[in-house]
Amino acid sequence: MIHSLFLVNASGDIFLEKHWKSVVSRSVCDYFFEAQERATEPENVPPVIPTPHHYLISVLRHRIYFVAVIQSEVPPLFVIEFLHRVVDTFQDYFGVCTEAAIKDNVVVVYELLEEMLDNGFPLATESNILKELIKPPTILRTMVNTITGSTNVGEQLPTGQLSVVPWRRTGVKYTNNEAYFDVVEEIDAIIDKSGSTITAEIQGVIDACVKLTGMPDLTLSFMNPRLLDDVSFHPCVRFKRWEAERILSFIPPDGNFRLLSYHVSSQNLVAIPVYVKHNITFREGSSQGRFDLTLGPKQTMGKAVESVLVSSQLPRGVLNANLNPSQGTYTFDPVTKLLSWDVGKINPQKLPSLKGTMSLQAGASKPDENPTINIQFKIQQMAISGLKVNRLDMYGEKYKPFKGIKYMTKAGKSVLQRMHIVNCK
Amino acid sequence: MTDSKYFTTTKKGEIFELKAELNSDKKEKKKEAVKKVIASMTVGKDVSALFPDVVNCMQTDNLELKKLVYLYLMNYAKSQPDMAIMAVNTFVKDCEDPNPLIRALAVRTMGCIRVDKITEYLCEPLRKCLKDEDPYVRKTAAVCVAKLHDINAQLVEDQGFLDTLKDLISDSNPMVVANAVAALSEIAESHPNSNLLDLNPQTINKLLTALNECTEWGQIFILDCLANYTPRDDRESQSICERVTPRLSHANSAVVLSAVKVLMKFMEMLPKDLDYYGTLLKKLAPPLVTLLSAEPELQYVALRNINLIVQRRPEILKHEMKVFFVKYNDPIYVKLEKLDIMIRLASQANIAQVLAELKEYATEVDVDFVRKAVRAIGRCAIKVEQSAERCVSTLLDLIQTKVNYVVQEAIVVIKDIFRKYPNKYESVIATLCENLDSLDEPEARAAMIWIVGEYAERIDNADELLESFLEGFHDESTQVQLQLLTAIVKLFLKKPTETQELVQQVLSLATQDSDNPDLRDRGYIYWRLLSTDPVAAKEVVLAEKPLISEETDLIEPTLLEELICHIGTLASVYHKPPSAFVEGSRGVQHKRLPGSAGSGESVESPDTGSAAGVSDAPPAVIPSQGDLLGDLLNLDLAPPATTTGPPPPTSSGMQMGAMDLLGGGLDSLMGDESEPLGGDLGGSPAMGAGFGAPPAAMPASFNAPVSGGLDDLFDLGGGVGMPSGAYSPPKSIWLPAMKAKGLEISGTFARRAGVVQMEMTLTNKAMSVMTDFAIQFNRNSFGLAPAGPLQVLTPVSPNQSIEVALPLNTVGPVMKMEPLNNLQVAVKNNIDVFYFSCQYPISMLFVEDGKMERQVFLATWKDIPNDNESQFQIKDCHLSSDAASSKLQGSNIFTIAKRTVDGQDMLYQSTKLTNGIWVLAELRVQAGNPNYTVSLKCRAPEVAQCVFQSYEAVLKN
Repeated sequence: MIHSLFLVNASGDIFLEKHWKSVVSRSVCDYFFEAQERATEPENVPPVIPTPHHYLISVLRHRIYFVAVIQSEVPPLFVIEFLHRVVDTFQDYFGVCTEAAIKDNVVVVYELLEEMLDNGFPLATESNILKELIKPPTILRTMVNTITGSTNVGEQLPTGQLSVVPWRRTGVKYTNNEAYFDVVEEIDAIIDKSGSTITAEIQGVIDACVKLTGMPDLTLSFMNPRLLDDVSFHPCVRFKRWEAERILSFIPPDGNFRLLSYHVSSQNLVAIPVYVKHNITFREGSSQGRFDLTLGPKQTMGKAVESVLVSSQLPRGVLNANLNPSQGTYTFDPVTKLLSWDVGKINPQKLPSLKGTMSLQAGASKPDENPTINIQFKIQQMAISGLKVNRLDMYGEKYKPFKGIKYMTKAGKSVLQRMHIVNCK
Repeated sequence: MTDSKYFTTTKKGEIFELKAELNSDKKEKKKEAVKKVIASMTVGKDVSALFPDVVNCMQTDNLELKKLVYLYLMNYAKSQPDMAIMAVNTFVKDCEDPNPLIRALAVRTMGCIRVDKITEYLCEPLRKCLKDEDPYVRKTAAVCVAKLHDINAQLVEDQGFLDTLKDLISDSNPMVVANAVAALSEIAESHPNSNLLDLNPQTINKLLTALNECTEWGQIFILDCLANYTPRDDRESQSICERVTPRLSHANSAVVLSAVKVLMKFMEMLPKDLDYYGTLLKKLAPPLVTLLSAEPELQYVALRNINLIVQRRPEILKHEMKVFFVKYNDPIYVKLEKLDIMIRLASQANIAQVLAELKEYATEVDVDFVRKAVRAIGRCAIKVEQSAERCVSTLLDLIQTKVNYVVQEAIVVIKDIFRKYPNKYESVIATLCENLDSLDEPEARAAMIWIVGEYAERIDNADELLESFLEGFHDESTQVQLQLLTAIVKLFLKKPTETQELVQQVLSLATQDSDNPDLRDRGYIYWRLLSTDPVAAKEVVLAEKPLISEETDLIEPTLLEELICHIGTLASVYHKPPSAFVEGSRGVQHKRLPGSAGSGESVESPDTGSAAGVSDAPPAVIPSQGDLLGDLLNLDLAPPATTTGPPPPTSSGMQMGAMDLLGGGLDSLMGDESEPLGGDLGGSPAMGAGFGAPPAAMPASFNAPVSGGLDDLFDLGGGVGMPSGAYSPPKSIWLPAMKAKGLEISGTFARRAGVVQMEMTLTNKAMSVMTDFAIQFNRNSFGLAPAGPLQVLTPVSPNQSIEVALPLNTVGPVMKMEPLNNLQVAVKNNIDVFYFSCQYPISMLFVEDGKMERQVFLATWKDIPNDNESQFQIKDCHLSSDAASSKLQGSNIFTIAKRTVDGQDMLYQSTKLTNGIWVLAELRVQAGNPNYTVSLKCRAPEVAQCVFQSYEAVLKN
């Protein structure tokens, strides 16, 4: 099971260690540092590193490496999932998960880690339960504690932990009963030079914020549940009912949680809501190249495409770029060759463009690697897969809750448009 | 106000100050002080000096303070064991607290204090907590048993905690069940043979019920435990699968992968025509695809596992090629894994898409990745025959880019393509030669030299090209030197008139001016070959090469089966069996997929491998002349998994030169030394024409026997009264002349100096001379195959008999035969091909290191179920037990211990077969009674009958 945890910052310092079994010397991290040095980019450190007596399994989140040490055969995914849970918990408790936040709350961090794992076995990882055991620090509570001498450790047995609905605490009370659902879809795609889609997939989630009194039993139905053939549920969802009727039936946890995530694969046709036209040319005998980029919306059902950000790694040979954006601002880093253009909102009447020249190193050969553009965007009030919630009903409680559903589509980590450099004679 | 203030005390006498605060009367001040101590501890400062002061704060009602002190205790108790005793009373009292949270906390903390003295006090509270009315306490106590076991295993057994833990599997609370399973699994890891997790249908049912209700982590433990179960029949298997399938929709990827493991394993037992089987296959794809949308670290682990899954069941993901397309912002470790899977999934249907992608990757920025992409194009060409042409033209396009590293990689893979499709794409050689000067990497230079040597007759200036390399001969890497040597010899044999000087130059460079034994040896062999018999040299060096196949990079089927049973573990990430790398390899049990006939490690395992689609080829009959030149090299790389035929001999006896050297005592040396060489060059033809074959085959054929043979020698040195060697039955007629157009073969098998030999007398009873003898074996139970060609050196004239000894190895393809020791042989001569079958005594396959340690013997004997024991009687044997023992030892049946009870001698013996199967025996000899009793125990009970026959044969001769 998980032996120890080290938190390492970007400059390679261990700023927190926690051991659940015997103490493992921090020198074990030397193997990690070696791998870190070898990696060209911070994210290229391999997630599983063998050492003579241990294995190091790490994730990189918020520029912090969470390095778990294991000694015997433990499923690596188990460790990685647990580390994710640690990150989520810190974020939940402290608002951000940074070195400063962790150091500021080191005692709470320690209490949390102790509560999350016992002898390497996960103990309490649900945020609802943890919050019953250890109250999140707030300015008010810190002050109250200082004055009254009370503590932020709960005195009660976390009741939820043993009930049939371990994710929900009992005795929840609200004056305003509300249930909000956000359908957020992230699209990832690879588009070839000519603009046709090679692969596209949608990763969707339904995040909920449910503040309802008592033990509400909710059902959520969709207009087109057929879209959801590849889903992962929060443990609260009754799987049998979904299998039989395609209805989500569940007793929700209290507060924020992810109800389900789903995946719409490239086999269903996925339309990319933004297109890019590009024209990059280098002329033989000239150290100048032309650069021309135009963006436009596509199949957005009249919704605006916002927060558009375009970035691209230009070929190594490019010395500098002198461009002129029709809107927004652009930057070019001559060291990393990273071009990024903050476009903002796309106006379909006046398409944004970025035009100008690039200069090559004198005498350098024409670039032969083809750059790729990564596009970021957001579209409010639309789920690109077409998923729509039909209705939300509540049973088990008498009051009438407020209900709300929001939709959003955004680009995932990579909506990639491949470009083609034309070298003219 | 944040906790960072705790870090800021930098004054002198910090410890002193803290001490004062800890002893303060004010509760609040105490707590703040403990917090400061904890903060120092987290950053690795040593605050152990404060131990007594902190422990004093333990007696408190304040839960937070209590927890903080507990935290401190866990960290430092080990360094202050005497002080830690002070805390015991508080723990024992807390275990009786009315608040279950405190009870649980106390028992949990006590378990974390790794001090022997404390553990004694822990037993009573723990026993109570295991039976606590509150499930929260029970589940905490279950984990505590595992902690205690880690500290003092004996204590846990003596106190009967293991039984209590087993009872908890039937607990009414699913969380308790999950924790009990987790604790038992961890304990079982250090006790591989104890039946701690005794899985039967009742417990399985309980686990499945708990599976639905426990936390995600509990689900992982339960699923991993389920995966160790072997269902009784396909119906049980199906019902478990049905109950596990909903886990595929879990948000926790570890749960998903553990569920995939259970399904992949139990699926083996389902009949393929079952509707449910198809349904299950369809259900497996989406969750695997979803894993690839997760964070890169998860993706990496998922991809390593998917790599195994697509090798075992390619049908699951065959339509999902696109999700493996590489994104430029993927981390490099994800990119490389995706690339590998893309090639595994490549087929005629999707090759166009794959190639278009690969070509894109070849223009990316990351050099390492670009290289891998170019290699991938070559692998596609070899894998998907229909696409070879497109691949070659894609590679040529890439060579045109003149990007240095792209060109070099392209040349390396084009060489492989030549090996696979000879005489098809040689038109591109001219283009390749244009880039000769830009090659600076050894592998690319070696590949280019190989191409020049191989096609010397088509390249007008081949001699000039090779000569240009020769100038800097000593600066080249070994790989290039060897290749250059071979290429020039090839050139000489093709154009002897113009290149005599060149060949002499290279031979003297290799043999006289080099310190590298590989190079020298190869040089000498060529030299002798060329000087004694140029015709033979030609036959050897320019022999037709076997085709390479794409299967060499597949994981060997038995390993694959084992890895499938370990999906989701570190083993699956490293693609190594768990025993290979888990710390201390605490007796990891090899897991097998169910459904294969026989239990445990059976000789038939490769059979099930073939069922998995590795090779369903019908048993090789007698291949054509061309195929007879088997791929010895490939065989070396991928033992039974290769689809190429077994290593048949070449059709002539012309290999004299080489074989002479190899056979003349140098063999072990050669075998050893050419191994790294073979490894270096991989499955590539860089080994050189023909010549590459014999030495490279040596490691394969002599691997086990040579080491065994050495042991044998040492044994002989120290051994007393060793009989003259292994028993070998007299020759019998295998192939009567009537059935073989005048060729009569009689023969026997023998094991000499650790090498299995087939000794034959070939008699020509026909009227005409017989030549061109060759031999080949059908697949057989133990993978017996000729280790070299059949050496019939001279034509056999009418009425002449010659004696031939054919060394055998056991790395050939395996197929279970009936009877087990049956061997089907085909012999060819200039007249026709003849078939016969014979039975070999299994004692030939007893290896020299078959002597088991006593302890191991005892443990193994106990470990093998009694069902696998079989008893035989040997009648009319008049040897004393000592004589019997020494006689058996001659055939590598080793006596480990002897016991005499009531005038009856009991000999405990072990022997090991070439494929690693151990046979344990108990031989009972009663003085004056000519009837012996042999009891055999073996994990593969099928061999018992044959082993018994050997016992009988050895003892009676």
